Amino acid sequence: MTKHFLGDTAVLLGRSLTHVSRSVDTIITTAITPIAMMLLFVYVLGGAINSGQDSYVNYLLPGILLVTVASGIAYTAFRLFLDMKSGIFERFQSMPIARSSVLWAHVLTSVVANLISLVVVVGVALLMGFRSGAGVLAWLAVAGILTLFTLALTWLAVIPGLVAKSVDGASAFSYPLIFLPFISSAFVPTDTMPGPVRAFAENQPVTSIVNALRDLFTQQPVGTDIWTALAWCVGILIVTYVFATVIYRRKIS
Amino acid sequence: MTTTQVPGPAIQVRGLEKSYKELRVLRGVDFDVARGAIFALLGSNGAGKTTVVKILSTLLRADAGAASVNGFDVATKAADVRESISLTGQFAAVDEILNGRENLVLVARLRHLKNPGKIADDLLARFSLTDAATRKVSTYSGGMRRRLDIAMSLVGNPPVIFLDEPTTGLDPQARVEVWQAVKKLADQGTTVLLTTQYLDEAEQLADRIAILHQGRIIVNGTLAELKQLLPPAKVEYVEKQPTLEDVFFAIVGADGKDGAANDRTVGADK
Repeated sequence: MTKHFLGDTAVLLGRSLTHVSRSVDTIITTAITPIAMMLLFVYVLGGAINSGQDSYVNYLLPGILLVTVASGIAYTAFRLFLDMKSGIFERFQSMPIARSSVLWAHVLTSVVANLISLVVVVGVALLMGFRSGAGVLAWLAVAGILTLFTLALTWLAVIPGLVAKSVDGASAFSYPLIFLPFISSAFVPTDTMPGPVRAFAENQPVTSIVNALRDLFTQQPVGTDIWTALAWCVGILIVTYVFATVIYRRKIS
Repeated sequence: MTTTQVPGPAIQVRGLEKSYKELRVLRGVDFDVARGAIFALLGSNGAGKTTVVKILSTLLRADAGAASVNGFDVATKAADVRESISLTGQFAAVDEILNGRENLVLVARLRHLKNPGKIADDLLARFSLTDAATRKVSTYSGGMRRRLDIAMSLVGNPPVIFLDEPTTGLDPQARVEVWQAVKKLADQGTTVLLTTQYLDEAEQLADRIAILHQGRIIVNGTLAELKQLLPPAKVEYVEKQPTLEDVFFAIVGADGKDGAANDRTVGADK
C-alpha cells in the first residue's frame, strides 16, 4: 500500500492545489492581515517606536512573515474539515491508496500556498521601502526557516481540522497564534518590557525565529538564535506531527 | 482491476457486533450476499445500516464477529478489501470545486489505472453527464451529483459496491435515474449491497432483502419469501386511484424531459 505513497500524494496535492488556484481569495486574505498590520505599524505607530534600526519596515518584516504563516494555516484546517464533512474523506479512505497521503497532500498544499502569500507580503514590503543586502544563501536560509515554521504550524492546524465540530472551530485556533508575535521581539525590542513579560517574550519561539530572520536580512552573524529557532521549529513539528498522526489513526480505524 | 476472484459469497458477515460507548448498535449481525446479487439492507433511521457498511468498507472496526468481502477478511486484509470495493456514502462524496470530469479522473488516478481520461469520458457518457463534464460540481443538481457519485464508484469496475441510502433526499426523477443505474450495475455482474429506509426501493431493486432491527437481522429472504410471512392475500375490491407519483410522472414524463401531457393545465379548457 505504501508503494503508492508518492504517486497518491502527488495526485491529491494536484487536487488541493486546484482548489487553491480556483479560490485565489484564500491567498489574498492570508496576505491581507499581515499587510494591514505592516501598514499600520510602519505608517502609524512606527514613528514612535525606537527599534534601534534606521528603517522600521526592515525591523518589522520578519515578524510580519510569521503572522502571514499563522493566518495562512487556518485554511489548511478549513479544507481538511470540509473534506471530513463532505464524505470525500471516507471515499478516499475506502480506496486502495496510501492512507497518509490524504494528510500529506493537505500539508504540502499549505506549504505551497503559504510560500505564495509570503512572496506577496515581501513584495509589498519592498514597495514600502524594505531593503536587504542579504545574499542568495541568506535568502535560502530565510526560505528554509519559514518553510520549517509553516510545516510545524500546518501539522498543528491538522489537529483542529480533524477534530473540529464546526467550521468556526476548525479555524479559530489560529487567532492566538497571530497574536503571539505581539509579545515578542517582532514589533518592538524586548528590553523595554517589564520583567515577567520580557521573560516570556524572550523565551517563546517567535522571538528566536524573528531574531534569526532579522540577522539574516541584515547580514549580521546569526549567533545562537538560529539554533534556538530551528530547535523550536523542529520540536513543534515533531510534537504536532505525532499528535496529528495519532488522532488521524484513531479517526480512520 | 487486478483483484483475483475468490470463490464463495461476495460478502459474508458473521456475528458482527459494534457499540458506540453504551449504545449497542449491532448485536450479532449475520448475512451473506451472493455474487452479482443486489442485496438490500432495510431498516429505520439509526438501525445500524451505515455502521454495517462502514465496517465492510474498512472505515470502522467491529467489536466482535467476522466479515469478509470478495473473500478477504475486513480486519486483516483491509488493503485487499479496498481493492475490491467502492463506497457510495450517504452524502454524495464528490469534490464540489472540481468539475465532473476532473472528479472521475481523480478517482481513476487514485486507483492507479491507465487512461484516466478515457475512463472518465466513458462514465460521463454512461451517466448522461457529458454535457456537464466541464462544469463545477457545485452547480450540479442533486440527481446529477448522485449520478456522478455513483459513476465515481464504478471507476475501475470493483466487483463489490456499497450504496448507503443512495436516494435519500432525491426527487422522484432522480430516484428513478439512480435505480436504473443500479440495475445496470447488477446486469454487469457487480455485487451491490444497498441500504435503504424506503420499502419500495428495496422492492424495486433487490434480489434479497434483509431487515435490520434493533441490532439484528430479523428477516432475510427474497421479496416472495418475505410476502409469504404474512397471512395469505385476501381479495378486496378497491377503486384504483392514481398515486401522486403516477400523476407527477404522467405530467412531467418519466424521463424528466417531455411528458405526454406536457402542456396540460388542470382545469384549463382549450
